[in-house]
Amino acid sequence: MAVQWDLYEMYLALLQAPLYHLIIEGLLMVWVAWLLLRKPKIRKPILTEKEQEELITDWQPEPLVPDTTEDHPALDPFVVEGKVGKYVCVNGRDCLNLATHNYLGLVEDKNMEDSAVECVKKYGVGSCGPRGFYGTVDVHLNLETRLAEFMELEEALIYSYGFSTIASAIPAYAKRGDVIFADEGSNFAVQKGLEASRSDVRFFKHNDMKDLERLLEAQSAKELKNGKNGKPVRKFLVVEGVYMNSGDICPLPEIVELKSKYKVRLFVDESISFGTLGRHGKGITEYYGIPADHIDLIMGSLEYAIPSVGGFCVGTSYVVDHQRLSGLGYCFSASLPPMLAAAAITAIDTMENDPDMFLDLNNVCRKLHIALSSLHQLRLGGHRDAPVKHLRLAKSTGCHNHDGQLLRQIANESMKRGLAVIVASYLDQSERFLPQPSLRLVANRLLTENDLDKAIKILEDSCTAVLS
Amino acid sequence: MAITSTCNCKLAPGQNGKSKHAHCSTESHFTDKQTFQEGYEGIGKPRNRNGIESFEEVPMSVALLTYMGWGIVILIGYVKEFLLSFVPSQNPEKNREGYAPLYSSFESFYTRNVYRPIRDCWNRPICSVPGAELVLKDRVTHDNGWTFSFTNTFTKCLNMGSYNYLGFAECEGPCATAAQKTTHSLGLGVCSPRQELGTMAIHKELETLVARFVGAEDAITFGMGFATNALNLPSLVSKGCLVISDENNHASLILGLRLSGATIRVFKHNNMKSLEAKLREAVVQGQPRTYRPWRKILIVAEGVYSMEGSIVNLPEIIALKKKYKAYLYLDEAHSIGALGPRGRGAVDYFGCDPKDVDILMGTFTKSFGSAGGYIAGSKKLINHLRINSHANCYATAMSPPVAQQIISSMRIIMGEDGTDEGQRRLVQLSRNSRYFRQKLRQLGLIVYGNDDSPVVPVLLFMPAKIAATSRELIKRGVASVSVGFPATRITESRSRFCISASHTKEMLDKAIEAMDEVGDLLRLKYSRLPRPIGPVIYGEDKKPQQDQVD
Ligand SMILES: Cc1ncc(COP(=O)(O)O)c(C=O)c1O
Repeated sequence: MAVQWDLYEMYLALLQAPLYHLIIEGLLMVWVAWLLLRKPKIRKPILTEKEQEELITDWQPEPLVPDTTEDHPALDPFVVEGKVGKYVCVNGRDCLNLATHNYLGLVEDKNMEDSAVECVKKYGVGSCGPRGFYGTVDVHLNLETRLAEFMELEEALIYSYGFSTIASAIPAYAKRGDVIFADEGSNFAVQKGLEASRSDVRFFKHNDMKDLERLLEAQSAKELKNGKNGKPVRKFLVVEGVYMNSGDICPLPEIVELKSKYKVRLFVDESISFGTLGRHGKGITEYYGIPADHIDLIMGSLEYAIPSVGGFCVGTSYVVDHQRLSGLGYCFSASLPPMLAAAAITAIDTMENDPDMFLDLNNVCRKLHIALSSLHQLRLGGHRDAPVKHLRLAKSTGCHNHDGQLLRQIANESMKRGLAVIVASYLDQSERFLPQPSLRLVANRLLTENDLDKAIKILEDSCTAVLS
Repeated sequence: MAITSTCNCKLAPGQNGKSKHAHCSTESHFTDKQTFQEGYEGIGKPRNRNGIESFEEVPMSVALLTYMGWGIVILIGYVKEFLLSFVPSQNPEKNREGYAPLYSSFESFYTRNVYRPIRDCWNRPICSVPGAELVLKDRVTHDNGWTFSFTNTFTKCLNMGSYNYLGFAECEGPCATAAQKTTHSLGLGVCSPRQELGTMAIHKELETLVARFVGAEDAITFGMGFATNALNLPSLVSKGCLVISDENNHASLILGLRLSGATIRVFKHNNMKSLEAKLREAVVQGQPRTYRPWRKILIVAEGVYSMEGSIVNLPEIIALKKKYKAYLYLDEAHSIGALGPRGRGAVDYFGCDPKDVDILMGTFTKSFGSAGGYIAGSKKLINHLRINSHANCYATAMSPPVAQQIISSMRIIMGEDGTDEGQRRLVQLSRNSRYFRQKLRQLGLIVYGNDDSPVVPVLLFMPAKIAATSRELIKRGVASVSVGFPATRITESRSRFCISASHTKEMLDKAIEAMDEVGDLLRLKYSRLPRPIGPVIYGEDKKPQQDQVD
């Protein structure tokens, strides 16, 4: 009723209003409509055909790629002959290998090779199709089941490349408008994943939980201000179990606490920690004794502890299964060659049957840590339990490039003396937070005390040769 | 000659069906001489291998019905969800109360209601080599696609779904043997990126061979084709550069471009007029707002489009790129090995000079039956990539047996194994493709793409036919791939067949017969173009002449 009455009143008012008033109102309305609807005028220079041709002839693009220096180390990499195992033949010289991520020493595992060969006899090498289109071989399904069982989680999913695993998994969930908290010390694959997600990325200081809490607090204050009408914001936290760029272990207990408090989803890159940390090699969660279901997604690699190719994600089916339709590197790439998956299954067998290998590895990690900390001219970074160690110049020259050159010389000297170590390679221009140059050393379960002594001796000698 | 000859396929006026011929541009940029006499030295003779390319347009009534079909699918979904909303549901996640939902609602609606009920048409597990035939591991679902269980029975099917163009997916023979030997001698894993300690002699051998194969100065290889695009494009273009990209480019290219920070503009699929318009506008207008000229312009295209079956119009793109001083990135994932008298991709097919393509990219997952990807080009380009490529610096090196498989199969294609096996496969593939396509056309099916392309998409249109076609074909022992939205345009659901050199004529006939039956059963014979008349004789048309093959 009330509405009708209002309308009637308005009608009466209209009748009473003077005509000029109505006309002015009408004109005003037309003007407003015109203002709203008119297209912004673009000053488009109209050029004649001839002028256009001239522009086309005049335009000189930059060269496709800039000139490169001929003596860049990447143009003349070390060339390895034979297997890249505990010992490796680099540029024709036999060396003890502390450079490649063969933590468990499984490169030399004959069983892995045998199962790969058996697999080729049945399936050939390539899978000739993505998982969706007849590229799913039963070996892939077996490997996924085995990985899920090994990690005691619901479901696993494999990718055909370690780098693409991380870089595809993150943007499968995080999208534009979401917020991601990430560590400044994240590796390059994580950085690319963050970039591809187009989310709002906030970096906290490396392993600094205070800084992380500050950012989380700021975000929840912001959400509170937006009040109830604001859509709930999806928030993610991405960390690494063991950081590739520093050898540090993430403080998972604090992280899990913060994650539950601020309701952010936690993704952990376990590329290094899978198969190295914990009594049974189950990674960072086992190391800290934290139930794995606190973590929303665990991403791992089949290229380090398991020396095959590929990567995987594990977690609940609700989370993991989503990637089967939205993981770009999963959907739009041929699946992992079955032989590499078969070899990975054999590696899991070995890891399950011989859990003492993780004790051995941990022993080597700690011994190597102690041994390396005795070096005078190099400063050790990284956690004692981590299989990756970084050595930086104790006295930095203050120049990034010069430090790098000195370290490279030390590495070359070491190779001459029979120890393979490398300078961690980074793309200086592309890294978000460029780490200081370092020698990255890798612990291998098969290293003996003698080997370690030899390595330290060679490193010392090389340092003396180069630095003094 | 080639370009004009394709224009003879114009339809008689008054014909109802319309046909777009991507290669029929009225404003051709060349005369015949220009295009083909610039052929790449050493081959000498200009070739005419430019097949007819057609994309028959969707009849209006079918398009309407298709939209209605999708409407019904979505509607049923909404009704179902509405009814289900009365049933108290549990949170699918444990211990995640108060978290923002992980998935957007439409996305999960689509997965639940459209994809899940027909999920059995994808990810079918196989337990054999994906050769000319494959063995499916049968599975059943008792809950409408939520879960599957294996029945422990197996079905042997003709394999028309794998990208096994040259038939190198083999579990015996010289390639497999060599891969096994390499596994024992060099191991499987390298555990290090190429720039650190992951470069082996076999990688260098592979790169030299690839460079020789594609006719470039140098090449660089990576462990995954997808990553080759996604991780190298950012080192080639950046902010202030313009990329003009084909609308049907692969996800890996799009990802790489997005990561690069360059401005991206899209041209209509294989449409040279659209490309030229974009190029012209870019050079004339410069960057938006500032009008500053672009730093450089990169055209990105593929050799064979895996969903369209079309072949890139390379000669015209090269002419345009030269005219506008743009650079060209050609992804030969599906064309390398599969096209050209010598199997060297779209460049070889058109007899172009490989030096005219600035960046030759390709993958080893298809024709070579292996894994990984390459980029080939000038020494300067490859040096730049060796230093700056994300994949070369951070991603693990290619596994040795995988590299060995590529080396062995590539040598066979090049005839360096001392047999004519490679040549035999190339001829077989091109005969198979032409025969199969013509036969399907004759049945009245709408077949997209180029006559010479081994990728054969057959249009289904209606969403309900996606699963039906796939299932009916499996019943008849033919494994094919069916796709719909979002992989294709909403009206253009299709079934795709990939031809292989390992298929025999008998196998193709079996598939054609199956498609004939299914076409009648599901009413797929939409084509209104005049059907090719007369018997299609296997291997008769356009045999590569001896002098074209060296
Ligand atoms: C055009 C194109 N580029 C790249 C790729 C990715 O190649 P790969 O399967 O080797 O990762 C594909 C494969 O599906 C493709 O079609």
